[in-house]
Formats: sequence, structure tokens, C-alpha cells
Amino acid sequence: MRYVCLIYNETTGPDTVSGGGREAAAAEALIYGEDLRRRGYLIAAEALQSARAAVTVRLRNGRASTTEGPAAETGEQLNGFVLIEARDLNEAIQVASKMPEARVGSIEVRPIRESHRADRWLRGG
Amino acid sequence: MSGDSAESARGAVDAVYRSESRRVLATLIRLLGDFDLAEEALHDAFTAAVEQWPRDGVPGNPRAWLVSTGRFKAIDALRRRARFDTSLARLAEDLDAGAGDAAGAAGEDLEDDRLRLIFTCCHPALPPEAQVALTLREVCGLTTEEIARAFLTTAPTVAQRIVRAKRKIRDARIPYRIPSREDLPGRLDSVLRVLYLVFTEGYAASSGPALTRADLSGEAIRLGRLLMALLPEPEVAGLLALMLLHESRRAARTSPAGELVLLADQERSLWNRDQIAEGLALVERALSSRRVGPYTLQAAIAAVHAEAPRAAATNWDRIVGFYEVLARVDPSPVVDLNLAVAIAMRDGPAAGLSLIDALLARGDLRTYPLAHAARADLCRRLGRTAEARASYERALVLTRQETERRFLQKRLAELQS
Repeated sequence: MRYVCLIYNETTGPDTVSGGGREAAAAEALIYGEDLRRRGYLIAAEALQSARAAVTVRLRNGRASTTEGPAAETGEQLNGFVLIEARDLNEAIQVASKMPEARVGSIEVRPIRESHRADRWLRGG
Repeated sequence: MSGDSAESARGAVDAVYRSESRRVLATLIRLLGDFDLAEEALHDAFTAAVEQWPRDGVPGNPRAWLVSTGRFKAIDALRRRARFDTSLARLAEDLDAGAGDAAGAAGEDLEDDRLRLIFTCCHPALPPEAQVALTLREVCGLTTEEIARAFLTTAPTVAQRIVRAKRKIRDARIPYRIPSREDLPGRLDSVLRVLYLVFTEGYAASSGPALTRADLSGEAIRLGRLLMALLPEPEVAGLLALMLLHESRRAARTSPAGELVLLADQERSLWNRDQIAEGLALVERALSSRRVGPYTLQAAIAAVHAEAPRAAATNWDRIVGFYEVLARVDPSPVVDLNLAVAIAMRDGPAAGLSLIDALLARGDLRTYPLAHAARADLCRRLGRTAEARASYERALVLTRQETERRFLQKRLAELQS
């Protein structure tokens, strides 16, 4: 099954972590991403710009409206996602629990709505 | 390698995954000392097999190849991660140094790994629901989602049980081993209870619309056979027999319309003869040992039913005898109720009714729907219609099972006419 790991962080801004610490964390995340790719888990992964860069679009009664900022104002903002292929929810949790981001933020593991189950070992044949 | 043989190598990986992945996992847990690490290693070993087998051919001993590849990959992964977490470097070195010959250990030891895994998953320090979930996932290879569907719960609930159980195993340092002779009876009880729970959940869903969920029962029987092959104790044979004898009636216990059919009314030609033969032989074997336990006794009772060509030909005297022993070996109000019903069958409804009334007066069974249903049935046979109606109605209020509800409603309707 496919799962998306949504990476959330406190919205207090990047200033809480020093520049060097941020680079180290980014390097670690990159290495873990590469690890997941080599081990056949990774489908896609992206880091997102700050929620301050976001625009939220809605279409109501045929009229589009836009507001600055993320769709939901919460204490934590979505900072990235990792789409993985895993045997089941527990394997996805195991993959997520090793993401360096899990140490400082939270990772929401959500199953993708699938119409049929892909065979894990024969995928991409 | 040609396309055809590459394809057959892929098919081989798939087949080996189905037949060997649980064995390989059981051995990797012993070698690596950690469930999560072993599961990662298993994944990595199969990923490597998908890459290498089509190119290099399927190894002569796929299981040994997977174990040593998994172990190597785990150590490699720890070393890579050690760059960020130095405590892992030490662990990697320890794993590398120790158990150098472990992958080539004797076959007997590898079979023991499966028993180690079963006993660890069913460790009494874990909550019962966690034992069930862990056993189904680690020993049987079911996914979190499959377990959740089978137990009518959500995947996150099951996932949490599994995560917490593994943490408990790690934190409490629950050893990965087969219990010693003196601990075996108690520990085996826990394993058998998990198997029986899985079976009954599949055989008669405790709530909800589906009366039977065959795949869970099948899983429990598979586990029972595995346990029987690894540890042929009398009660293992007894439980396997009990499951097979109940399972043999599956096709007969619901009507084509999905209605519950009582044992007495079942079309016995629908009973599965192969399962009955296997069950009877196991009962025989278990009864011949001098340690007869509750599963063997229940299987012996099921065997008496299985041997009766017609309901009227049932040897109720034998059944009463087995229930009397069961009531001593493993006393419970439900056993007392079944004994009362068996006595009613042997000596007439009046004898059973006074026993059931005494049981209900004791209070333990007051909220147990089958006690009221049994009372209603005896009252009906004695022509005490008003009392029968009241007891059927009481049972209806208490039951959570849809098929049971429909059955009781039908009986009530028959009383009116």
C-alpha cells in the first residue's frame, strides 16, 4: 500500500534552530530519503517553502477567492511530504519514525485511498 | 538472462516470500535482537532478492541466503545511521562480531526460531489484544489493515497495539526463547488462548452482521498445525482437534439465506469429512495422554457430535461425562450451562431446567444471552409457553449478534402460532 508521511513543524519559524543545525538536519533528511529510495520505499518526497508563501484558493458559488497563507491556521505547519510504498500501516509507521523530522516536529502517516492493492515485490515489473 | 527466466526468478521471489518470509523473520529477530531491526532486514533482503535473483539466478538455499543478506543489510544500515547516532556504531560492531556462524546454524535451531517468535508474541506480559495482533502480523504475516478488518476495528488502533507491544518487549527485555520445561504449561496456555481467540473470532463474530469470517479461522488452524509440528503437546492436539471439528460444520451452520442453523437441525451430509477424520484422530491422541486439558475435553465433546449420524443418535451420556470432567478441570458458569443442557438432552427438559434456574439464580449468567435462550427452549419443550416467551425476549435484549437475533425472533414467532 501507499502512504503519505506529512511532516509538520512548529510555526515559530526557522530562527529557533541555528543555521548550522538546520543544514545538518537537512543533510540528514536527504540521506534518509536516499536510504528509502535505495530500499524501495520511496515514491516521491518534497520539502515545502514556508506557509507564509502559501495562497489558499476556494471556489464558492462559481466565484474563486484567494487568501494569503495556509488553508488551516494551526500551531504546526506542513513542511513537506514523503510518499512511500509499504507492506502495511505498521511498516509505514516504522519508516516514518526514523525520519529525522520526527525528532522535532510531528509526522502524520496517512494511507492513500487505493482501489486495488499493488503487489509489493512485483511492482514496476 | 532471458526475459522468461527473469520472470520465473521474480515468481520465485514471490513464492519464497509467501513460504519463507515468516521463518526468515523469526531467525532475524534472534540474530539482531530486535523486531523492528529484523523487519527492516527482511524487507531489505527481499528487495535485494528482487534485484539479484533475476540476474544471478535463485540461490540453492533461498532461506539461508535471505537470512545472511538480511543480517548483512541490517549491520550496514546501522553503520550508515551511526554517522548521526553514535550509539548505533557499537551495536553494529557487536552484531557483526557475534553470531558470525549464526546464519548457517542447524536446521533444528531455525525451526526453534518460529517457536521463539510464537512464545514472544503471546507473552503474558502483553495485553491479550496485543498478543493476538502481534501473532497475526509477525507469525502469520497478515497486514495491520487485514487484522483491523478481521476484528472490526480501525488500522490505527491495531497499529498502536503492535507498536506498544514491541516497545514493551524491548523495554521489559522479554527474552526471545522457548520457555523452560517448568514454565511451559503456563506459557503454552497463553499461546493456545491466542489461537482459540483468533479461531472463535473467525467462527462466530462477537458482533456485527457476519456470522463467520472464514479467513481468521483458517489462519488459526494453520497456526495450530504449525504449533502441532513444533510442539506436539496433548493440549495443542486438543485445540487443533477442537478447531477442526467446529470448522467441519461451517457449511451446515448457516442456511443459504444466512440464518443460523442449530447443531440438531444441521444437514450432516454437509459436514466436512476430512476435517472430522483429522479432528477425531487428534482427539484420540490427546485423550490417550495422561494430561487431559480443557481443549481436549471440548474437542472430545465435539467429536461425539461428529460421530453421530443423526442428531437423535447423539450419545448424550458420553457428552454429560465429558462436561462433568471439564467442570472440574476448568470450572466456569458457561461449562455448567452446557452441562445442564446436556443433562436435559439425556434426562429430559425438566431435569435441565431446574439446573439452569439454579445457575441463573447464582447470578453469573444473568446477562449471558445463551443462558436465557437455553431456558426458553426447555420451557417451550415443557409447554410452559409464557415463560418461554419471557426468556426468549430476555435473550433478545442481551444478544449483540445479528444472526442470533434473527434466530431468536423466529423462535418467538413460532411460539405465538
